[in-house]
Amino acid sequence: MPLTESHFQELRRLVGNENVLTAREDIIPYEFDGTAALKHRAEVVILPANTQEVSSCVKFASAHKIPVVTRGSGTGLSGGSVPSEGCLVLCLTRMDKIISVDAANLTLRAQCGVITANVDAAANAHGLFYPPDPGSMKISTIGGNVAENSGGLRGLKYGVTRDYVMGLEVVMPDGQIARLGNACVKDVAGYSMKDLFIGSEGTLGIITEVLLKLLPKPAARRTMLASYDRMEDAANTVSAIIAARIIPCTLEFLDRTTIGCVEDYAKIGLPRDCEALLLMETDGHPSAVEDEAAKMLEIARAHGARDVRVASNDAEALKLASARRSAFSALARVRPTTILEDVTVPRDQLATMVGFIAQVAKKHNLLVGTFGHMGDGNLHPTFLTDERNADEMHRVHLALEEIVDKTLDLGGTITGEHGIGLAKKQWLKRQLGEASYGLMRQIKHSLDPHNLLNPGKIFD
Amino acid sequence: MRGSLKELDYSILQQCMRCGMCLPACPTYDATKRERHSPRGRISLMRSVADGELKITGEFVAEMSYCLGCLACQTACPAGVDYSNLLETARSDIQAHGPRATLVARFWRAVTMRGLFMRPRLLRFAGRCLGLYQQLGLQTAFRKLGLTKLLPAHLKKLEPQAPTMARRFSNQLIAAVESPLQGKRYRVALLTGCVQDLAFSAINRDTADVLLANGCEVYTPPIQPCCGSLHAHNGEAEAARTLARRMIDLFPPSEFDAIISNAGGCGNHLRHYGQLLAQDPTYITRAKLWDTKLKDIHEWLIQIGCRAPRAGMTPLTVTYHDSCHLTHGQKVTSQPRELLRLIPGIKLVELPEANWCCGSAGIYNVTQPEQSELLLNRKIDHILRTGAEVLATSNPGCHLQIARGLQAAGSNVQMLQPVTLLARAYKSEQSAGR
Repeated sequence: MPLTESHFQELRRLVGNENVLTAREDIIPYEFDGTAALKHRAEVVILPANTQEVSSCVKFASAHKIPVVTRGSGTGLSGGSVPSEGCLVLCLTRMDKIISVDAANLTLRAQCGVITANVDAAANAHGLFYPPDPGSMKISTIGGNVAENSGGLRGLKYGVTRDYVMGLEVVMPDGQIARLGNACVKDVAGYSMKDLFIGSEGTLGIITEVLLKLLPKPAARRTMLASYDRMEDAANTVSAIIAARIIPCTLEFLDRTTIGCVEDYAKIGLPRDCEALLLMETDGHPSAVEDEAAKMLEIARAHGARDVRVASNDAEALKLASARRSAFSALARVRPTTILEDVTVPRDQLATMVGFIAQVAKKHNLLVGTFGHMGDGNLHPTFLTDERNADEMHRVHLALEEIVDKTLDLGGTITGEHGIGLAKKQWLKRQLGEASYGLMRQIKHSLDPHNLLNPGKIFD
Repeated sequence: MRGSLKELDYSILQQCMRCGMCLPACPTYDATKRERHSPRGRISLMRSVADGELKITGEFVAEMSYCLGCLACQTACPAGVDYSNLLETARSDIQAHGPRATLVARFWRAVTMRGLFMRPRLLRFAGRCLGLYQQLGLQTAFRKLGLTKLLPAHLKKLEPQAPTMARRFSNQLIAAVESPLQGKRYRVALLTGCVQDLAFSAINRDTADVLLANGCEVYTPPIQPCCGSLHAHNGEAEAARTLARRMIDLFPPSEFDAIISNAGGCGNHLRHYGQLLAQDPTYITRAKLWDTKLKDIHEWLIQIGCRAPRAGMTPLTVTYHDSCHLTHGQKVTSQPRELLRLIPGIKLVELPEANWCCGSAGIYNVTQPEQSELLLNRKIDHILRTGAEVLATSNPGCHLQIARGLQAAGSNVQMLQPVTLLARAYKSEQSAGR
């Protein structure tokens, strides 16, 4: 059912004229997120100011059976916030207040539209630290991070977004407002409902407020960069570091193609002629950091690193980490379309998987750049292609099928941190099996019986 | 090539992979949090026009005009999107295929773009008239009598913002060829600009002095065409190409070690003649050579190892504002700061958000006064908080805009350009040596 002017009038009454966008020039820019080759036009884009307005809009949508797609800054990488057919889009970027930082309980309460980097900055002002740092943290919203259960560069030591969510405020599919979890470290009052909504990709409810756990800021940090002539040597370095009972906060790798693109952008003197770069970071008590960094350097050298560079100061360390964070976007320099994958395998299978990806790309005559989180087995093979070349796109799909099969054979998952959205739903059942997949659908159906929240995402 | 969006190489549009990294760098997105006011959003509109899904509507025109063209998105973009090319193509498309502007608007556009700014002598004459109007106290009289209200709408908005004209223009301050007293190392051409020539001719003199002090013979023809930057930014592609050819004819690039620009905005346009004249077989080779010779003054001085002045000034706290097209367009960021640090007595303090647009942005302060004012106030706040006595910058547009903001705030922070400070330091060597 297409929306009509009377619907728009009603919505304008709920959130104010200027916060209801219907003109083509206003809504075309909301057709997509950060995922390649996916787009769809919404009927209307609404910018609510607070939880009450979100709730009113959802009640309105529920009464008229209009699908609702929620988005923040639209940086998602699985099409999770691409508009569904006939939907209204709730864009929550105006809800960007940090409500409080509680230094006694080490928590931070924020509206869903706060930029992730601002969460960490607010914590930092109190000598505290919010560890999850997804690549898009400078613009991604915390609500989106929770809805996608985003990862980042520090997953190995610090875990992912889920590990820092203590409580949520959620608008349910019927418009009711529910508060889940609380500031207590221990809480076993019934099911852990907040956990159901973390990573639910906007299909179960709309996250409007978050209560986050913070940590004391590590007193010291050391960042190192090792270059290798063979990818296996980098992977072996990682295995050896972990075998030496060291858990660094970051162990990131870039392959040769990615290194070239990142250097073109960041111009920080990365060596273009090596096969792999390993970005390593350890943090914590100064003496522990000193000791671990020395051991990591030694291990890197012993495993064939041809050069190891230690960041001389915070500014240089930040440059290196920022360069790594730009990897995905920088790869877009090479070809018109950049298709990014997110397959993840148990850490000890990582070298096998990297080798397999290279073989598959060669077999199908495709260009691929691979980078990712070597410490937690989360890989980002990125196909550099052109969506207007049908034959090449077909080969990309064949290659993806093979990569997915291999990932599942190795006991991995089709997505480590980007979510299923539209991009990966064709493979979800293959990974989960009938029973587990059925359970997920059952939960979706019982919470959202009319399938109004982000329909077509995760499941068909 | 600045044709239409439909004719543009599609891969330039596809280069944007919509990651959103540009959003936090964009002043208009920051102000409104609306996607269409972001670089990613604007590119999606341009792509819709190229795909034939969207016509060049009034709203499309409004959006392309709301963009500052500050190019902060280009610095932020890991994918290397050529936003400057996209924006100029969109604006050129608007001129050719968009809704027709009113007769009055078209008249004034023709007078300025195709009249004044194509004819350097006429422009100087107009500048002279404006100067007399200002110097004879007519401006004050006209304002008091309310006569400025009789001006056409276009001029009425411009009148209070018109820069104070210099009493003498560049050709009266700089000889056609000036040689260093000793040790000539390079031969360079000095571009005197349009606004720079009329309002800041003293800065051109300072630029020549600094070049002479560093062993450069300076070639400055008295009559120089406009570089065409104003035309290209406003969709007048053909006029921009004509002016580029005139510049190349006047300054054959093979005859100089460097062609020096001292205005950030012009410099960014000037170093892309190769792209502008890509379809011109007669000029393309020279245009490409020109691009390699074109240097911003700060960039050139650092490249040739600028001599540190032996004397400086009484201790002075200086802060530096990056002009958008110098930092985001030309990527000249560290050099002006390095030059300031060379001067004995100067203490350089960093300006917060130094590379955030001040709202001048060409003629943006006239076309979008509200947004421009917001950006100016933000800039002035930061400047006042540094406690600096001098704000240095190196683009006439920023200079005028920030000076106006400082005056309105009742501040006595002085506006100077790095070359002026450097020239003064070299001069003080002579008095110190006496």
